[in-house]
Amino acid sequence: MDVRAPRDEPTALEGAPTVNLTLRIWRQRGPEDRGAMVTYDLPDVSPDMSFLEMLDVLNERLILEGEDPVAFDHDCREGICGACGVVINGQAHGPRDRTTTCQLHMRSFNDGDVIDVEPWRAGAFPVVRDLVVDRSSFDRIIGAGGYISVVTGSAPEAHSTPVPKPVADAAFDNATCIGCGACVAACPNGSSMLFTSAKVTHLNLLPQGAPERETRVRNMVEAMDAEGFGGCTNTGECTVACPKGIPLTSIGNLNREYLRAVTRR
Amino acid sequence: MAVTGAVMLLYLLAHMLGNLKIFFGRESFDEYAHWLRSIGVPALHGAWLLWIMRALLLAAVVLHAASAYQLSRRDLRARPQKYSHRQRLEASYAVNTMRYGGIIIGLFIIYHLLDFTALTLNRNGVEGAAYDNVVSSFSVWWVTLFYIIAMLALGLHIHHGFWSAARTLGVHSAAREKNLKAVATVLAVLLSAGFMVVPIAVLAGLVD
Repeated sequence: MDVRAPRDEPTALEGAPTVNLTLRIWRQRGPEDRGAMVTYDLPDVSPDMSFLEMLDVLNERLILEGEDPVAFDHDCREGICGACGVVINGQAHGPRDRTTTCQLHMRSFNDGDVIDVEPWRAGAFPVVRDLVVDRSSFDRIIGAGGYISVVTGSAPEAHSTPVPKPVADAAFDNATCIGCGACVAACPNGSSMLFTSAKVTHLNLLPQGAPERETRVRNMVEAMDAEGFGGCTNTGECTVACPKGIPLTSIGNLNREYLRAVTRR
Repeated sequence: MAVTGAVMLLYLLAHMLGNLKIFFGRESFDEYAHWLRSIGVPALHGAWLLWIMRALLLAAVVLHAASAYQLSRRDLRARPQKYSHRQRLEASYAVNTMRYGGIIIGLFIIYHLLDFTALTLNRNGVEGAAYDNVVSSFSVWWVTLFYIIAMLALGLHIHHGFWSAARTLGVHSAAREKNLKAVATVLAVLLSAGFMVVPIAVLAGLVD
C-alpha cells in the first residue's frame, strides 16, 4: 500500500474535468471475517488517474478519517507483473480489453457511475484482506512442472538450439502469461485451465521443454486439481478477461498434451 | 463427457435420419421400425443388436449425466463465495443453458421412451404400428410443444457440446477452429430441424 503524505491540493488539476463516483468495495478484515460490500462516495476523480491511483486517493482519505485503508495488491503498475487485479463491475481487470487494473484509467468511467470492486473469487484464492487474495496455489502449479531442468550458467548461444519461427512465436504468446489469476476470476467454474495451459503450451512447444514434456503436463494438471480449482467447460470467459490475450486454443493444446502423456505412460 | 457425448451424437444422427422415413408413408416407416428389431439376423438372434445398442446408450446417458453432476459439484465448490456483481461476456446462450438444457433433455428421454418404446403413454399404443403411434402422439399440441422445446434444448446442447468435446479431446487447434465451429452449428441445426420436422408435419396434416 502506498501511504503518501496527505496533500492539501485538490486531487485533480484546477479546471480539469473530473468524475464523481460511488464505489462499492468488498471489505473483509481477514480470512475468517465474513466480509461485505461497503459504499464510498468519491468526488472529483481525475480521468487521468489509473484505477489503483483512484484507490490510493480513497485510501488517503480513509487514513485521514481514521479508517482502515482498502487493502489491494499491486507492484509494477506497468501492466506486466501480474500482482494487481480486482473484479470491477463483474469483469476481471475491468472493462478494457487486454488491460490490467493498474493500466485501466478512470477515463473509462463516466460521471455518476457506481463501481463494484471485488476480489478474485475462488476457493483456491482465499481472501487475505479486502481485495487481496492468496494466489500461492498458482505457485504450486508452477512448482509441479512449470520449469525446465537444465544446468544453469551463462546464457547458451541462441543458434545452438534451432526453433522454427512459428513455434517460437506460439511459445512466446503463451509465455506472456503474468499469472495474475484473471482467468480463474472470470471463469464461471473457477477453473485455472488457461493459466496451466499457457505454461504447458509455452514449455512443451520448445525443444528445451521436450525432455519433461509428459511429466510436466501430468504433474501440473494433478497439482491444479489438488488445489481445488473448478473444471473447464469451455465457456471462453477466461480468454476475454486475460490481459495478455492467452488464446483458448492453449486449453485444447493442454488437453492434447495430457491425453498424449497418459496414453504413453 | 466428450466421449459419451460423441456416442450419443452418432446415435442421434442415425435416429434423425431414420425418423425421416415417415415421409415415405406408413408401410415404409413400419417396415423400418420392424427392421430395427431384427438387424443382424441371422448372425444375431432377434433383437440382440437392438438390446446391445440400448445397453450402450444407457451407459452413455448415465455416464454423461454422472460426469455432468461431478463437474458441476466441483465447479460450485471452486467458487464458494459468489460475486455480488456478475457479468458474462463471452459465454453464449448455449453455454449458459448446458446444465438446465441437459436436465430438460434427460426428462424428455424418459417421456419419449414411455411414449414410443414402452408405449405406456401413447394414445394409440399398438406395438408394431409405429406410424400410427407417432401420428397419435403428435396430434396432441402439448406433446408436440414439449418435443419442440426439447429439440431446441438439444440443438443448443450440441452447439456447445460438440465444440467443447473437440477441445476436451485435443482435436481443437487454431487452424481447425473455424471448421469445428461450423460443424457444430451445422450439426445443431440439422439435428434440431430434422427431429422437429416430424411433429410439425403431423400437426400440419402432412403426415396422418
